[in-house]
Amino acid sequence: MNIIVCLKQVPGTTEVKIDPTSNTLVRQGIKSVVNPLDSYALEEGVRLKEHYGGKVIAITMGPPQATEILRDAISTGADDTILLSDIAFAGSDTLATSTTLAKAIEKINKYDLVICGRQTLDGDTGQVGPELAEMLGLPFIAYVSKIETIADGKIKVQRMVEDGYETIEAALPAVITVVKEINVPRLPSLRGLTRAKSAQIPTWTAQEIGTEKGTVGQAGSATWVVKVFYPQRVQTAEMLKGDPEAQVETLIEKLKEAKII
Amino acid sequence: MEYFLTEQQKTLKSLARRIAEEKILPVRADLDEKEEFPWETIKNLAESDLFRIFIPEQYDGMGTSSLDLCLVVEELSRVCSGVAVSYAATALGAYAILLYGSEEQKQKYLPAIAAGKRLAAFGLTEPTAGSDVSNIKTTAEKTPEGYVLNGTKQFITNGGEAEIYTIIALTDKSKGARGASAFIVEKDTPGFTFGKKEKKMGIRTSSTRELVFRNCVIPAENLLSKEGIGFIMAMRVLDHSRPGISAQALGIAQGALEAAVDYARQREQFGQPLISLPVVQYKLAEMATQVEAARALVYSVARTIDSGVKNFTEESAMAKVFASDVAMRVTTDAVQVCGGAGYMRDYPLEKMMRDAKITQIYEGSNEVLHTAIAMELRKRKGRRE
Repeated sequence: MNIIVCLKQVPGTTEVKIDPTSNTLVRQGIKSVVNPLDSYALEEGVRLKEHYGGKVIAITMGPPQATEILRDAISTGADDTILLSDIAFAGSDTLATSTTLAKAIEKINKYDLVICGRQTLDGDTGQVGPELAEMLGLPFIAYVSKIETIADGKIKVQRMVEDGYETIEAALPAVITVVKEINVPRLPSLRGLTRAKSAQIPTWTAQEIGTEKGTVGQAGSATWVVKVFYPQRVQTAEMLKGDPEAQVETLIEKLKEAKII
Repeated sequence: MEYFLTEQQKTLKSLARRIAEEKILPVRADLDEKEEFPWETIKNLAESDLFRIFIPEQYDGMGTSSLDLCLVVEELSRVCSGVAVSYAATALGAYAILLYGSEEQKQKYLPAIAAGKRLAAFGLTEPTAGSDVSNIKTTAEKTPEGYVLNGTKQFITNGGEAEIYTIIALTDKSKGARGASAFIVEKDTPGFTFGKKEKKMGIRTSSTRELVFRNCVIPAENLLSKEGIGFIMAMRVLDHSRPGISAQALGIAQGALEAAVDYARQREQFGQPLISLPVVQYKLAEMATQVEAARALVYSVARTIDSGVKNFTEESAMAKVFASDVAMRVTTDAVQVCGGAGYMRDYPLEKMMRDAKITQIYEGSNEVLHTAIAMELRKRKGRRE
């Protein structure tokens, strides 16, 4: 069973800065870490491999420094890694990112399951998983909290919904996104760290995965950031006075005034 | 201080620190309070290959460097020495097989220990044989079915949790210590049960139990090496494992020093942080100096063992007595620096002080080890090359 896990590097800090001209995150000089939710995707991939055999291929799109998170992935159980890196990929939104990942996954060709984290810490859209499934023409299950079985070319999972969970079955290959309830990611192993240090990480360019011009990077993006701003903090809290009974009466009056009740 | 660690040793040290801080620290107080064996942490250590670092490569390990083991035990002990000793006791149990086992015995037991699937333990101490280890009473009688074990072992670390036990028993009662032999006994062997679980002052997450043998029949091939050398074997195995306990003491002292400095920087009295008061500065400086001296000695002894020298009883004993005395002194002073807070269970220091005490007692009491050092001193007339 071959499992592809998509990883993204995100700023390893809460003090992010925005580039005033492009309105995107300043990533230079900021230590990057793997998107926390993606580490659950990787852990699940490694567990599936340990249970069913096969291998885990971790892929990421990013600048050359993104090899660091791929080395981290090797230290926690990934077998192969691929970096998708090309100046043509710069400025990608989720659509262009999914296009690039889909092309790379098509090139990998032999796989049974693609696992992504539910969403990223920086973009927070949760769009890449479903877009990827659409482009690859594969079944898609979001918010997976438990993989029950994989047998006879099918995967059976539990996925989180607002008031509980659903059990869903899909044909393989499929794309799933996972939530943090699915597992507890392991720490690196000593053998993994040793392997990661010397691992050769192949880089695939736009040409190598055969993306069409205008479909990736900023040119292939359907959205662009117009403005980034911090929300204004407005203090509108009002403390009610009097004993509890009087407070309740005032509260009811005010709610009626506001036509809430 | 520059200790000239290799890249691999630095990687190992930082991995152990990560496990300690991310996996052990959040559960440390709870494990101590409930006196529960740290199975979840043992699993983390196994997943990260840390049980492989004292097993040779041909048995699925990653080498047998004493310094590597010390680095790991120090880092774990800096956060929780109860977890660290559960780990180190497996190394102790494995050392007997490693040093004296036949090829078949090594093949059979070491890979499972390396993978962290089976823990090991070492059974020497008895109700009548503490520092006077020659006074053991457990017997192993040879019969056509194998050896029949009878007797009780006391205060055995990892007792009940480990699956592979190295047991010292008398095969010839008339010869005393020279009639002792060593055996591998597996958990669940009929006639082998566990007595009471001790309630301890410190290292409370670790398991300390009695091992009870009542007509316990083990196969003859479970004899380690040959009959009669059990006592020498035990002494040599302990020489090997003692730096691990020194590293445990060192880690406790380091953890206590850090906690005390942290507190002294934040706590204000007389209008200034504690660390600005000369009396506190003096104490902290002395603690730091002692910890560093202990580290230098422990690492040097580990390196001496790794160099392949034959006899290191004296060095191994020196590291243990020095580091354990430092641990006791530093944790006591650390509690003093933190005052009332140091005494409370909300802070880690009272636990560290309780944990430190055992390092002066087990793996050879400091008194018995001083005698061992003196005996070597007498032999070499106090001289050094």
